[in-house]
This record gives sequence, C-alpha cells and structure tokens, in this order.
Amino acid sequence: MIAPGASQPLLSLRGVRKTYGAGEDRRVVLDGIDLDVGEHACVVVVGSSGSGKSTLLRVVDLLEDVDDGQVLLDGEDVADPWVDANVVRSRLALVFQQYNLFPHLRVLDNVTLAPRVVHRRPRAEADQAGLAMLEKVGLAHKARAYPDQLSGGEQQRAAIARALVSGPELLLLDEITSALDPELVGEVLDLLHALRDEGTTMLVATHEMGFAREVADEVVFLHDGRVHERGAPGQVLDDPQRERTREFLRRLR
Amino acid sequence: MTDAWVPSERARAREAFRRAQHRRALLVAGVATAVVLAGVVLVVTNAPGWERARQAFFSPERAWEVLPDVAVGLWLNLRVWVVASVVGLAVGLLIAVVRTSRLPALFPLRVLATVYVDVFRGVPVLLVLLLVGFGLPALRLEWLPVSAAFLGGLAIVLTYTAYLTEIFRAGIESVHPSQGAAARSLGLTRGQAARRVVLPQAVRNVTAPVASVLVSLQKDSGLISILGAVDAIRAAQIATTGNYNFTPYVVAGILFLLISIPLTRLVDAWSARQGWRGQLRGVPGAGVLR
Repeated sequence: MIAPGASQPLLSLRGVRKTYGAGEDRRVVLDGIDLDVGEHACVVVVGSSGSGKSTLLRVVDLLEDVDDGQVLLDGEDVADPWVDANVVRSRLALVFQQYNLFPHLRVLDNVTLAPRVVHRRPRAEADQAGLAMLEKVGLAHKARAYPDQLSGGEQQRAAIARALVSGPELLLLDEITSALDPELVGEVLDLLHALRDEGTTMLVATHEMGFAREVADEVVFLHDGRVHERGAPGQVLDDPQRERTREFLRRLR
Repeated sequence: MTDAWVPSERARAREAFRRAQHRRALLVAGVATAVVLAGVVLVVTNAPGWERARQAFFSPERAWEVLPDVAVGLWLNLRVWVVASVVGLAVGLLIAVVRTSRLPALFPLRVLATVYVDVFRGVPVLLVLLLVGFGLPALRLEWLPVSAAFLGGLAIVLTYTAYLTEIFRAGIESVHPSQGAAARSLGLTRGQAARRVVLPQAVRNVTAPVASVLVSLQKDSGLISILGAVDAIRAAQIATTGNYNFTPYVVAGILFLLISIPLTRLVDAWSARQGWRGQLRGVPGAGVLR
C-alpha cells in the first residue's frame, strides 16, 4: 500500500502472474512479480533467456494479458480488461529487439505514423516533430530512406525515435542491442545514455551489464519467473548475495 | 580521388577467359535453338495434312478480312475484364479483411464469406457461367439485366473474386505478427493497425499472384461467348461458320496474346520499381556460381 502523501511510482507491478499454454504444456513465465518504476527512474531487468524479461515488458505494454496481479500505471490498474488498452499503449513506448520497423514506410513515415494516426496531428506538424526526433538520434539524413536501406544500428535508432516522438511517460526497451553487431551496440547505448541524462523513465531488459551498471537506479535479476535478487547495480552486479545470480554473472564473462 | 587501378596480367587473363566462355555460351545457345526450330518446322511442314492446315488456319487474306469483327469482339472482352478486375479486387480485399477480422459483429459475414469462397473456388467456371447465365433469367427479376455480357461477366466476377479473396487472405497472414504488435504498441487501434501497417504489406506481398490471376481473368473473359455474347471468340466462331477456314481463331488467339504478354511485363516492371521489395531486399546477394 502507498502511504498518503508518499510519491506514487509511475509504474507498479503487484503479484503479476503469466502462463503460456494449457494443461500439460502449461509454462509459468511470470510467477508473482513485484516491481516499481518511479518517475525519471531507470530499472534494469537482467536474467537468462527464457527468464521472462520480454514477457514482463509485453505485459506492461498490454501486448499480453496477465493471469493474475496488478499493473498499476499512475495508480490505475491497467490490467483490468475494461481499461482502454489503446490509450494506455499510447502513453507508453516499447522498442523491440528486432526493431519491427514498418518496411513499407520511409523512416520519417515510420516515426510520424502514431502522431498522425493516434494523436491526429496534421502531417506538416508531425513531420516537423519527426524530423526533430530523427535529428536527435542522428538520422535526419535517412528520413527519406526505407528501413531496409539502413544498418542494424540505424534501424534500432529509428525505432527509438519512433517510440519517443509522442513523448511517452515510460520507455520500455526489450533487449534492443541483442540483434546488433558489437560495433553497432555502442551507437545505440550512447543514445540511451543521452536519454537517461534527460531523465527519461525507463524499464530495460538487457544483457549489457556495463550499461546497467552505469545508468540503472535498480537492477532486478529475474530467474524462473521470479525476482531472485534486486538492489542497486553496484550491489547486485558486483556483490550478488545469491548463488543463481553469481552463476548468471559468471557465465556472462 | 582518381582510381589509378590498372588490371594486372592475371586479371586480364581471367577477363579474356570469361569473354571466350561467354562467346561459347552464345554459340551453343544459338545452335541449340536453330536445331530445335528446324526440327519443329520439318515435322510440321512434312506432316501429310500441312498444306490444308496452313490454308485453314494461317490464311493471311482471311485474317485481314475478319480482323475488324474479331477486334470489335475483343473490345467487349476488355470491358468485361476491366470491370471484373476492379470489382474482384475491391470485393476480394474486402472479403479477405472480413474473413481475417475478429470483430464479433462480423461473425455472420465471416461464415457467409467462408461458404462463398468454398463454393465458388470448388465449382468449374464453365458450370458457374451456365448456372448464372440460364438460372438467373429464369427468376424473371425485372430489375436484373439479362444480357449475355452482363450475366457472363457476373459469373466470372463471382468465381475470380473467390480466387482473389484467398490470395489476399494469404497475403494478410504472411505479414509477421510482430508488425501488428509494433503498431498496437504505438497506440494504434486494431483497425488502424490493419489499414496502415498490415494491409499495405499484405497487398505488396501478393502483387505477383494477383497479377497472374488478373491475366487469367483477361483470357477467361472469353468464356462469356458460350452464353452468346459476341466477344472475340464468338466473333471468330461466327466468321468460321459456312467455310472451313479457322484462321479467325488464330487471329483471336494472337489478339489475346497481344494484351496478356505486355500486361504481365508491365506488372513485373511495376513491382520491381517499388521502393520496397519485401523480404528479398537486405538478403545478401546469392552470388554467381561458377
């Protein structure tokens, strides 16, 4: 419970449970997750593949229904099916591991689609905002290109511009550097550092421990669908208390 | 910076070798073609009935005489083709969207669409033509035009719309679900995501098969002749009655080809010109195997 007067986190997960499949094939992916992301905070979720990181982010963006528990956005439980999911999604932004740019639209049109269609802004205004955002991620010169004419790092930066253009309250990043060549990871991480400096609220799933150490306010280690260990990055990553966490970090090296 | 590269001795030798190989390939292709052509010409012209067949099917004077009539008939084929294509594309896409949508209100339409596609894909066009051509007028509906061209066109539209529906549906299902997820995550509604993200990609993915169905439709428009509509085939048939000269059929065939071949090339060129060419782009080149 939140004490009256205490500042309420932007996002709170309470006892979130999610399973896939049914009967014999039932798999528990999230098994009672509690998590808070305060405004301007950055929470980094780490864990092996299959530990539920992606599902966690998709649950927050309402791309998956939960089996149980609460997803509180500004105190409102958006997991309730009577809440308008489209409105919730337009307040959040999710960036995918595989970018998921729209291949039939030019980069600028990818970025301006939501402003034009969801927020009903006139084309000229949306283009202006879109170009400004592309400028910010260093891609203004690629505005007229199609996604498949861009490198992986450029595509991911375009996807970030698309996510940011409508001014989301919370940025969800789902292993966004995992599909990139090592030399392209840097350009995306630099951009994330810049966004952190501006105070963008983020919930990040990543394998980049260096990034986690530098920008996270809290690191959450997910194992078998549960929060196995959590705390300040220096504590969880450099002085883990539990064996599973140590083993996971050892294997990354 | 100027490129001061001068091919080395080794590079020039390779180039000379490749040119020689290319010349040899051209020669082999030329000789092979000549042999095959000569074989065909020999077999055909030495056939016992060749002289009579040549007069009956390839008479230049007769071709010139019947050309105007057959061409007028072809004009009807073209009109049927254009109308049937436009209606088929629009309605086919609409039914495909209905079949893939999950709106509860559309449930009865979904059932209807499934039944329609199953029936009209499974019945031969000829049968649909006969049933529509002779069945509908029997109802004596006063508002229904009963001209052979209209009923024939309707039968063809019914059949081809079913084909186009299935192609569009396959196109919609070929768009990866992550595209829909990306659109929804931006706040687009189901309908907005379908219209802005899924359908444009679906239609681009199936341009080639749709074009090939439209070419089939162009030639199958000749089937309306069996209802008595005077199209190119019927005009040719009329011209052959009374004398045993079948040149008009050949004329009709050539006219159909004159339309369908450029049409196919046009569609190929158009899809190649698109800025976005689907999954093919971005795949590393297949290379050239030696």
